[in-house]
This record gives sequence, structure tokens and C-alpha cells, in this order.
Amino acid sequence: MSTILLIVFLPLVASIIAGFGNRSIGNVPAKIITTGALFISCGLSWPIFLSYLAGTAEPGVVPVLQWVHSGAFSFDWALRVDTLTAIMLVVITSVSALVHLYSWGYMDEDPDQPRFFAYLCLFTFAMLMLVTADNLVQMFFGWEGVGLASYLLIGFWFKKPSANAAAIKAFVVNRVGDLGFMLGIFGTFLVFGTVSIPEILAAAPGMAGAKLNFLGMQFDTMTILCLLLFIGAMGKSAQLGLHTWLPDAMEGPTPVSALIHAATMVTAGVFMVCRLSPMFQAAPDAMTFVTFIGGVTCLFAATIGTTQWDIKRVIAYSTCSQLGYMFFAAGVGAYGVAMFHLFTHAFFKALLFLGAGSVIHSMHHEQDMRYYGGLRKKIPVTFWAMMAGTLAITGVGIYWLHAGFAGYHSKDAILEAAFASGTDMGRSAFWLGAFAALLTSFYSWRLMFLTFWGKPRWAQSEHIQHAVHHGHHDSDHANPAAQEDAGHDVHHHAPSPHEDDGTAGYHPHESGLVMLIPLILLSMGAIFSGYVFSPFFVESESFWKGSIAFNEHLIHEMHGVPFWVKISASIAMLAGLAVAWLAYIKDTSIPGKFVAQFSQVHAFLYNKWYFDELYNFLFVRPAFWLGNVFWKRGDVGLIDRFGPNGAAWIVERGAVVAKKIQSGYLYSYALVMLLGLIAAISWVMVR
Amino acid sequence: MELKQSLGLIAPEILLSIASLVLLLVSAWAGDKASRAISVVACFVLGACFFIVAPTVCAGVAGPDVVAFNGLFTADAFSGFAKLLIFAATGAALVMAPKFFERTNSMMPEFPVLILLAALGMCLMVSATDLMTLYIGLELNSLASYVLAAFLRNDERSAEAGIKYFVLGALASGILLFGMSLTYGFTGSTDFGTVRAALTGDMSTGAMFAVVFVLAGLAFKISAVPFHMWTPDVYEGSPTPVTAFFATAPKVAAVSLLMRVSLDAFGMQADAWRQIVLFVALASIVVGALGAIGQSNIKRLMAFSSINNVGFILIGLVTGTVQGASAMLVYLAIYIAMTAGSFLAIIMMKDEAGAPVEKISDIAGLSRTKPALALCLAMMMFSLAGIPPLFGFWGKFVVFQAAVEANLVALAAIGIAASVIGAFYYLKIVKVMYFDEPADVVKGQSDWAHWALLIISTAFISPLGYLLTTWLGGIADKAAATLFLVAA
Repeated sequence: MSTILLIVFLPLVASIIAGFGNRSIGNVPAKIITTGALFISCGLSWPIFLSYLAGTAEPGVVPVLQWVHSGAFSFDWALRVDTLTAIMLVVITSVSALVHLYSWGYMDEDPDQPRFFAYLCLFTFAMLMLVTADNLVQMFFGWEGVGLASYLLIGFWFKKPSANAAAIKAFVVNRVGDLGFMLGIFGTFLVFGTVSIPEILAAAPGMAGAKLNFLGMQFDTMTILCLLLFIGAMGKSAQLGLHTWLPDAMEGPTPVSALIHAATMVTAGVFMVCRLSPMFQAAPDAMTFVTFIGGVTCLFAATIGTTQWDIKRVIAYSTCSQLGYMFFAAGVGAYGVAMFHLFTHAFFKALLFLGAGSVIHSMHHEQDMRYYGGLRKKIPVTFWAMMAGTLAITGVGIYWLHAGFAGYHSKDAILEAAFASGTDMGRSAFWLGAFAALLTSFYSWRLMFLTFWGKPRWAQSEHIQHAVHHGHHDSDHANPAAQEDAGHDVHHHAPSPHEDDGTAGYHPHESGLVMLIPLILLSMGAIFSGYVFSPFFVESESFWKGSIAFNEHLIHEMHGVPFWVKISASIAMLAGLAVAWLAYIKDTSIPGKFVAQFSQVHAFLYNKWYFDELYNFLFVRPAFWLGNVFWKRGDVGLIDRFGPNGAAWIVERGAVVAKKIQSGYLYSYALVMLLGLIAAISWVMVR
Repeated sequence: MELKQSLGLIAPEILLSIASLVLLLVSAWAGDKASRAISVVACFVLGACFFIVAPTVCAGVAGPDVVAFNGLFTADAFSGFAKLLIFAATGAALVMAPKFFERTNSMMPEFPVLILLAALGMCLMVSATDLMTLYIGLELNSLASYVLAAFLRNDERSAEAGIKYFVLGALASGILLFGMSLTYGFTGSTDFGTVRAALTGDMSTGAMFAVVFVLAGLAFKISAVPFHMWTPDVYEGSPTPVTAFFATAPKVAAVSLLMRVSLDAFGMQADAWRQIVLFVALASIVVGALGAIGQSNIKRLMAFSSINNVGFILIGLVTGTVQGASAMLVYLAIYIAMTAGSFLAIIMMKDEAGAPVEKISDIAGLSRTKPALALCLAMMMFSLAGIPPLFGFWGKFVVFQAAVEANLVALAAIGIAASVIGAFYYLKIVKVMYFDEPADVVKGQSDWAHWALLIISTAFISPLGYLLTTWLGGIADKAAATLFLVAA
């Protein structure tokens, strides 16, 4: 069991070495240490996971250090390993190790590599602490740790104002969620008298229906607690309302998007709901809310994804949408299914991001899909990897064979579970999810068709023009246009006047082997992880060993859903594919006509349902106004004026007076003495 | 009490008086060229006295066994502790002096003799248990000090310092004497114990006058506000070794004397003087801090610094507890190390011709020309400002702790706030030395003895000093406890 100590703390040690060693140890040692640590962690994690698959492992807790012992408030640092943790361990360490490796190529020539790798490692450590937490406070430690690492990595290129703004936005929006989580922890401690997760979960069923008196009103205790905790999950997992930071987080380097904003951190909310599933089981109203938010987010994000041009933003909204699926699966009580989708999604979404990174890499940092096209032949490995990812996310599979790509198994299971739950909200979520599946298929294939099919369109791209024109005397890495990973290996060709085929003489080249290996390995995951693991995650209660609330009845019901429900996801997928094919291959004028016809709908979607504008109006501007009042009136006008500045003024005046009194004349000195004496006597007399 | 026993108890004082008289004779015969040798002998005499007194302090002796001459004099651990500090500070002044005076050929054999006589006076002050002994000790010390202040006769500023000190000192003596005569008139005794016994319950107006006048006379000696006016002028004008002497040894003697008078003789009337001392303490802290800010002469700045520090010491007296008294002794020990060290550094700053450098602007950029000296002085300044981890912090800490435990939280809070103002001018010196463009004035080489003493004092106020806290606090506690035996 103590291998868990190595798994968790190796990344921390590596992060400290690389972070504090920074330039003094150099790029290559920092990369070797961090990547090596992650591969060791990964190598140690898989046996644990496999032993749970084999059913030979027993859950356990490894104590690390004493932490707080203050009356009833008592907990230690300890690492908990059970099925749920084992799943997260392999997801985190595998994706993280591959992303580390990928970053060797992607971040090559960045001037700050040790810092980047140290942050990545720090993130991995915090994420591992989160998933191994045995009490809510340690979970919160990891929760905040990943938030910090996310902030640091989004703002990694801190010279770019938009990256800083995005980092701050991510941090601030997450604070809102964290406040909910904190209140949830406080409330849980108040109600249960402990922060130990196993103790809380054991006591949770008995609390169902208990009432809480707050401000003279009666509330259902468990509903309140679960809603507060879920607000935390919404922040971290970018659910509707607190989702605005995720698309902006794409300002970070693409490997970061793959690791943090797709595969691991954003799924922390789902993990938390599953970890605390017995609590949620005791709060039906909260479950309904979770289902609602999940279902709506799933559709809402997918609609936005259909209109975006930035390749990373499309995938970001896709992530948001897929997280919605996980939440409504959890909301209807199918926690195993939610975790299954988390598991498969980690592989295919990391794959899509890294693939997108590879495309961006070869397109000289152009991220706008309008300037792609026809890349299929230019970067074949990336193309096939992206294809595997797309097949997985759209859920391609054959019902009669019970075989398909990763997403086929997990997404179908989610839709079936939602339908089988029998509740109104579950049914609604099913329809939302099914329609979102259509949209998912549409925007995913749209991405593929725009990028890899058709004719090259990159002659108009500023990035490409820049690359071509500055091709011969390049290597000016500091150029702002080349900021997205300051100019790594770009292959330039002298422009030829005869090339008017839309390429402007630029020929994209395939990425190097360190970037392709992770793509290939993740493709394996995207293709097989659904088929291989489906029986364990979805069907097997013995696999979970009580680490989540397992609803045997619901799984049974899932098998009995009508046939049309079972193939609904495949139908939606085919419909989305057909529309995408029509619009982006068959007749490329269709999108333009559609936009012209429904310009307001398009604008609504293209502007992300105007959430940013709304929040700006509702929160950001009032906050700035309030901040200004506190700053100019309160701080400068009141505190500084009468505090430090006032005190300094008095001291200054006092020093002048003190100097003046010291005249140098004996008689004035004697006078002061006698006055002092008289004052003292008067005081004693009248006292 | 046998005369023989009494003589045994005053052995250090006897040694000091004989030594000073003999050395005076020697100087009369040998002339100026013997000054250095006489200084060395004087140092050894102080060393011998130190080792005579030291065991009594460690043993914490107290009570009637150590009272000599029918209650005129006590050699208890409290006086012993003060004497150790006095001997150390006096010795430091002796080490500083020769090199300073020799440049102008003004090193005269009277200097060590006068210093010894001043030390003898201080020994009597701290051991006095009778107003008569008190006054004799005080005047012996004062008369020697007046001459020392004017030691550079040809220097205008030195002469001015001597005159000012003398005139105002005479005024203070008069106030003190008036208070003593009132005390005798209203209590019928000059013995501290009898005075204490007589001054119980409600005091008559005359007795109140007595208390105020005696305390005012003593306040002059410790340069507490508003009896501090002489300090900057005298400190600036006196030769630097003399200033260093004034700022250290007499402060110890006068503070100890003040403690014994107020806690023993006037101990039953603590309510009468507590608020006055409280006001004096706060006024000293504030005036000392504010006055220092505007100064451009470093000796003058140190004068205000000593006023400021006396304020902090008096906070311990306001508490009127054993812990407060002990804290005062600890503070004094650290204070004389910091002050002596600072003055050593000041003496070691000389221009090309060897003349002393006193202007703060002249030590700009000292860190680049004389890094070791600048580092020592910077540590002294940080320590005086009470910034941890330097030892000066500990002195302030124990005083404030005593105040808090005596439920004087407001006083402690005000004191801590005021120490921030003090930090400003100490840190200004550090800033000038480390961040300003070098003025390139300080040139000359320094004596090895100066270096040795500076290094010792710097080591003492460095974080290494904390190794001594248990030991220092222990003997200070014992010494302070003897002061309260009378009350029991």
C-alpha cells in the first residue's frame, strides 16, 4: 500500500526540484526529473487499478502525518485508496505522464521550461492529494492546489495580457464555487461533527429528511449540504453559470488544456459528487438539481460549440458539455456510469486536445479553423489520432456487436440510465442529452471537416503569412504573433510566386515523435477503453467495493429500456455527421446561408449566450465600482489619510517641534526642567 | 555588624578608591606619557572588581548579612548586577579613549583616574540604602563627569558641554537635595527602610513634595523627559569616549538607584509616583524618537536614542513588579552592549586625517568602503530598533511582557507603536550606509582593541545573544528579587 506514498509524493518532490532549481539545473534535467517522476507514478498506479479490476485489492488508508487535533475537529494527512481513487490514479498519472512527454516537443524552445514542468508536476501532486483525500479538509487542500496550479498554468505566458486576464478569471470564478464548497464543509462538520469522509458517508443515510433551522426557516439538512457542495463542483467542473472561465482558460499552453482543462481537474467536481454519493443519495432534491444542471449544461455548451471558429474553444465547449453528461448521470444515481464517462472522456478529450495542439503546432500557432483545410495528407498521424478521438467522442459503435469506441459505451450508458431512472427530470435529461449528442457529432465532425478536408485556406492567416515572410530570417521568438509557445520548430519554405492554391507557399509538417507517441497511446485509450472496461464500471457492484453508492435497481432497469432508446445516441450521431457532411463537404455555402437566415440565433450562440456580457454587467462592473469606492474613498481617503500618512505627518511635525525646543540655551533647558517639576507636583496634588 | 565585615562588603569600592588615588599620584609623577599604562592598570582594577562582585550576583545574596555600616550600604545581588554592568561599560570607555585622544595629544593620565572615580561614585549609588550614601555617590559620579565632559579643554564644544552639564546638574542636585531634606523632615530618617515604614497610608502634602523632588532629581541623571534637555548638547560636545561612557554606565547606576528609591524607600506610595513615571516613560519614548529624526549628527542622534531607550526601561518600573524590575535589568544589559557597540563604531569612523566623522551624511555608502564596520553598525541599529532576531528585540520583549502581565496592556501597546517611530531613524542610518552613493569620507584604520570590543558586542547583540536569555534572565530575576525583600 505504501506505493501510494510514492505515487503521490514523487510529483511533489520533482516539482520542488524543478521549480526551485529552475534555470540553475537547466531544461533537460528538469524535464527528465519531472517526466521521470510521472512515468514512475503512472507505472505504480496501473497495478493498483488492475488489482481492483481483478478483485484482489482491498480498500485501505495510509496515514502520512498528524494534522489538526483540536477537540472534535480532528483529522490527519492520510491517503485513501479504493476503487474510485484507483480509477482517478490511472487517469491522472497516465494523462499527466503523456502530457509531460508531449510537452518536450510542444514547449521546446520556450525560455521557461523548468517552470512549466514544475507547475505541471505541482498540479499532478495536488490532483492526487484531492483524489486520495480521506477527509474533506484534505480534499479541499487538493481542490485549492489544483486551482492554484491551473491559475499558474493559464497565466504561464504572463507577458500576454489576455493570458493574465484568463488566469484571473479562472481563479475568481472558481472562488465562487470554492465558497460553496467551503460552506458545504463547514455545514457538514456542523451537522456530522466530523470531516472524515468514511464517517460522514456512514452517517449520511440516517440524516435523510433531517431538518435544519436557519434564520427561523426550516430546511432539509442534506439538501442544503449537498447543494453547497455541488456549487463547489459546478465551479471546478465549469457547469452552467460558473462555466465562463473554461473557454478563456484555453489561453494556456495546449498541453495544459489537455491535462487540466479536459482530462483531470475539471472532472474533480464529478469525482467529488461520486465520492460523496451516499450524501447525495440522501438528498433527492439536490439530485434533481444536479441532473438539471448537468442536462442543461450538456446542451448549452454543445450549442455554443457548433459556432466557434477557434479549434481549442470548440473542444473546450465540448469538454463543458461532456461534463454535463457526467453530472446528469450522477444526478440520476448512476455514479458508476458517470465515473465511466469520466474515465473514457479523459482519454479521448486529452487526445483531441493534444491532436489540436499538434495541428496548431504545425500551423504556426494559427488556431482559427477558417484558415485550416486539407491537412489530412500533410499531417497524417495527427489526422488519424484526431479521427480516433472524434469517433470516440461522437460515440461510434455498433449496437448488435456491443462494440464501439470509448464514448459509445459510456455515453449510451448515461442516456440509458437517465431514461431508466423514471423521474421526470431524468427523462428530460435524456432528451437534452440525446439532442446534445447530435450537436456533439455535428461540431466534432465540423471540426474534422474544416481542419482536414477541403482545400487549404491558410493563405489568409496572419500567423502563416508571418511565418512565410519571416521564414528566411526567422527565429525571432519574442514576436508577439508567435506567442503561443514562442516559436518552436517551424518548417519554412521560401514562398513561390506560382503557388496560389491557398497555401501561400507554406507547407505544414508533422510534429516530432515525442508529440506523436502520446497521441498514439491515447488513441489506444480512445478506441478500446470503453469496450474493455464497460463491464466493470457499469455493471459490477463488486468492482466498486462500496466506494460509491451503487444502484443495482437502476442498472437492472437500464437493460430494460426500449430499443429506440438504446440506439438513440447512434441515430443522433449519424444525424450530426450527416448535417456536418452536407454543410462542410457537400455544399460549403450552407453554413453561410444558415447564418444569414438565422442571424440572431447564430449571434446568440456565437456570443456564448451573452454570458460574459451579462456577468460583466451584473458582477464585474459593480465589483469594480465598489472596489473603486473602497480604494479611493476608504483606503486612500480614510485609512491612509488618517492612518499611515497622518501618522507620518504628525511624526514629521513633531520632529520639527522637538528640534525647535532644543534651542541650545541653558535657561530654556532649566525652564523646561522646572516646568516639568511643577507639572508633576500639580498632578500629585490634584490627584 | 562588625566594622571588619562592613569593610569586607565594600571591598570593590575600597579597591577602586585606593587604585584611583595611587594612580593619581603616579600620574602626578610620571606625566602624560604614562596615560596609556595607567589606563591599562585601571582596566585591570575594574576587572578585579568585576570578579569580586560576580560571585555575589550568581549567588543572589541579599538580606541583612550584606548590609554594611548600619544600613548605609548594601552589597546585595541587585547592586552587584548593576555593578557588573557598570564595570563592563566603564572598561569599554577606557579601551575606547586612548586612541581617540592621542591624535590630538590630549590623552592625559587624569582621564582613567576620573573614570575610576566616576565608577566608584556609581558603585555607591547602586549600593546606597540611605539618602546620605545616595547623595555622596551621585555627587562623586557627577563631579567626575563634569570634568570628563569638558576634557578637551581647547575644544569649544567640549567646554560648552561641560558647563551645560554642570549648571543643569547643579540645578538637579538642588532639586534632589531639597527633596531629601523634605523626606527627612517628614519621616525623621534618611534610611530607606525607615522612610518606607513612615510613608504608609495617606501622605501629607510635604511628603508628596519630597517624593516628587527626589524622583525629579534622579530623572535628570537618567535624562528622562522633561529633564533630558541637557543630553543632546552634552553628548554632542563631549569627546566621543566620554559620550559613550555617559550613555552607558551612569544610566545603569541612575536607573538602579531610581529603582531602589522608588521601590524601597517610596515603595508604599507607588500609587503616588506610578502615573508620573508612566508619563515620563511615554514622553521619553516619544520625544526621544521624534527628536532623533531631525538630527544630522550621529552622536546627537544617539543622545535622543538613549532618551528613547530610558523610556522603554521605565515601563518596567511602572509595573512595580519583580518581573518588571528583572526586565529592566535585562534591558539595561542589552542596552549598554548596543550603545557601547554603536559608539565604538562611531569612534572607528575617521577621515583621512584621523579626525572623527560624526555627520550622518558622511557615512553614506559605508557598506562599500568599509563593509565590516558598516555591518556591525547596521546590526547595532537594527538591534536598537528592536527588530528580531537581534538581541535588542529581547530587551523590548521582556519589558512589554512584564507590562502586559501587570495588566498594563494599553501602555505596552502605546510603547510598541512608539517603537515604530524609533525604528525610522535607526533604519535611516542603515539606509544611508547601504543604499546611498558613497561619500567616501571614512578612511582611517582602526585599533585592534576597538575591533575586538566591537566584535564582542556585535556577537552579544546578534542572535547568538539568545543563547544567554535563560542565564541572563535567571540572574536578573534573582537580583530583582532581592530588591523586593524589603517589602516582604
